[in-house]
Amino acid sequence: MNPAIKISGIHKSFGNLHALKGIDLTIERGEFFALLGPNGAGKSTLISILAGLMKPSSGDIAVMGFDVVNQYQKARQLLGIVPQELVFDPFFNVREMLRFQAGYFGRGPENDAWVDEVLEGLGLADKAKTNMRALSGGMKRRALIAQALAHKPPVIVLDEPTAGVDVELRQMLWEFIKKLNRDGHTIILTTHYLEEAETLCSRVGLMKQGEIVALDSTQNLLNKFAGKSLRLTLGDVSLPSNIQALVRNQDRGIFTFALTDMAQIEFVLSALRNANIKVIDMQLNEADLEDVFLSLVGSHD
Amino acid sequence: MIKPSLISPAMRGPWTLLKKEMLRFWRVAFQTVAAPVITALLYLLIFSHVLEGHVEVYEGVPYTAFLIPGLIMMSVLQNAFANSSSSLIQSKVMGNIVFVLLTPLTHLQFFSAFLCAAIIRGLAVGLCIYIGAIWFVDLHIVHPWLILAFALLGSALLGTFGIIAGIWADRFDQMAMFQNFIIMPLSFLSGVFYSIHSLPPFWQKLSQLNPFFYMIDGFRYGFFGKGDISPLISLSIVGASFLVLAWVTLKMLKSGYKLRA
Repeated sequence: MNPAIKISGIHKSFGNLHALKGIDLTIERGEFFALLGPNGAGKSTLISILAGLMKPSSGDIAVMGFDVVNQYQKARQLLGIVPQELVFDPFFNVREMLRFQAGYFGRGPENDAWVDEVLEGLGLADKAKTNMRALSGGMKRRALIAQALAHKPPVIVLDEPTAGVDVELRQMLWEFIKKLNRDGHTIILTTHYLEEAETLCSRVGLMKQGEIVALDSTQNLLNKFAGKSLRLTLGDVSLPSNIQALVRNQDRGIFTFALTDMAQIEFVLSALRNANIKVIDMQLNEADLEDVFLSLVGSHD
Repeated sequence: MIKPSLISPAMRGPWTLLKKEMLRFWRVAFQTVAAPVITALLYLLIFSHVLEGHVEVYEGVPYTAFLIPGLIMMSVLQNAFANSSSSLIQSKVMGNIVFVLLTPLTHLQFFSAFLCAAIIRGLAVGLCIYIGAIWFVDLHIVHPWLILAFALLGSALLGTFGIIAGIWADRFDQMAMFQNFIIMPLSFLSGVFYSIHSLPPFWQKLSQLNPFFYMIDGFRYGFFGKGDISPLISLSIVGASFLVLAWVTLKMLKSGYKLRA
């Protein structure tokens, strides 16, 4: 079975700017995948190429085996893309827009029940007859997501869907998207909110300056790059040699140890006890994607 | 309107785009249909008041009757252009063109939908002016098929030109440039209000370079059976121009010019 998305050697240049430098990425069917990265990393450019809004300089992308350039009709039929910009058509109401959008994909009246389900799931049911122009910002965002789902695509791409969206909508949106994922839809998400990617996504790709710098399951990334961190205030001391390797950071008597599991806490503490070093203060932090993100994207340049 | 269920699934995409384009102008019909009809009827009222009895272009044809086909055709052409061009520039400036670009619609389907909507708006405006005008004067129709052929081909030509303008322009002021510096001069200097035989030779020659001249003259020939030039020559010129512009438009759409980076 062809993967949901297979990206092979994608390069994209805008004049002198080499925006994408050879992206390879495979996303299997049924995955909930997060694409992270700072502004300008190339996430949106990659998605625009996937969507057919931009042409790659070289390389190719296939959606369930269909090339997005040479077999664009079949590829686009399988894709539902939520654009990042909050755009709308001021001439029509919400339900009309959804029916048009489904219609462009060849869906007819048989699709109306699904349109109603999307309206319901995104809390738009009572706005169905409201003109797009009259919707609040949050409601426009919901309508934008609903439009991408109108033709019931098996692969759904959300490009920063929760930028500037209130907590209530985020909850509602993620409940609905999780349900779609359980029903077999593949979900690809770009976001700035790392905790969202952490709680929702099973796998994460991290982009930096047009390259993928990390690609793993969320759990592995957390373990590999951050694990747990133990902050001990010890004062001006020299550490026993057997625990020095665990120190990630040292700042005016505060030592941060990077740990991969809880058993290491006892190991560190007993080593300190044997060396007669007194613990003045202690703090244990669970790692999050923010640490991974910062350690990969942050300091190095 | 045709029920969507009567449309085959393969045709549903382009049909939906056409339906949306038609609804778009129909929702604001006061501005897109009623306004140009009133403008044309005002021209008719004023020019016929001033010139009726003073000018006779074709023997036995009152000036008011001479004027009507030209006014109808001018409005058909202007509104066909306005429909496709304004829809595209609005969608581009608003950003909602992306909703169409994300779909499996082919460039030919995209072109056909915008073209048909432009033709329909042009013909709707023309028909309303005709109905309004026959209250003023008796109009005989000599060649109805010529009238239909010129109305269809002319609105298709200008609808296509509107698509080109809509794709090319990035801002509303660039679009206004098309309107004010191309469409308006060409339509006013095309022989709507006079026969080009009344012009000095230099201006006659110049008028023959104006594609609007052939559309207006051919259309008028359908009413009176008289014109400045053979309607078959006009029809060939208009048809050939349409084919050339359609080819250019399809090339632009296929390459993604200004629409897909």
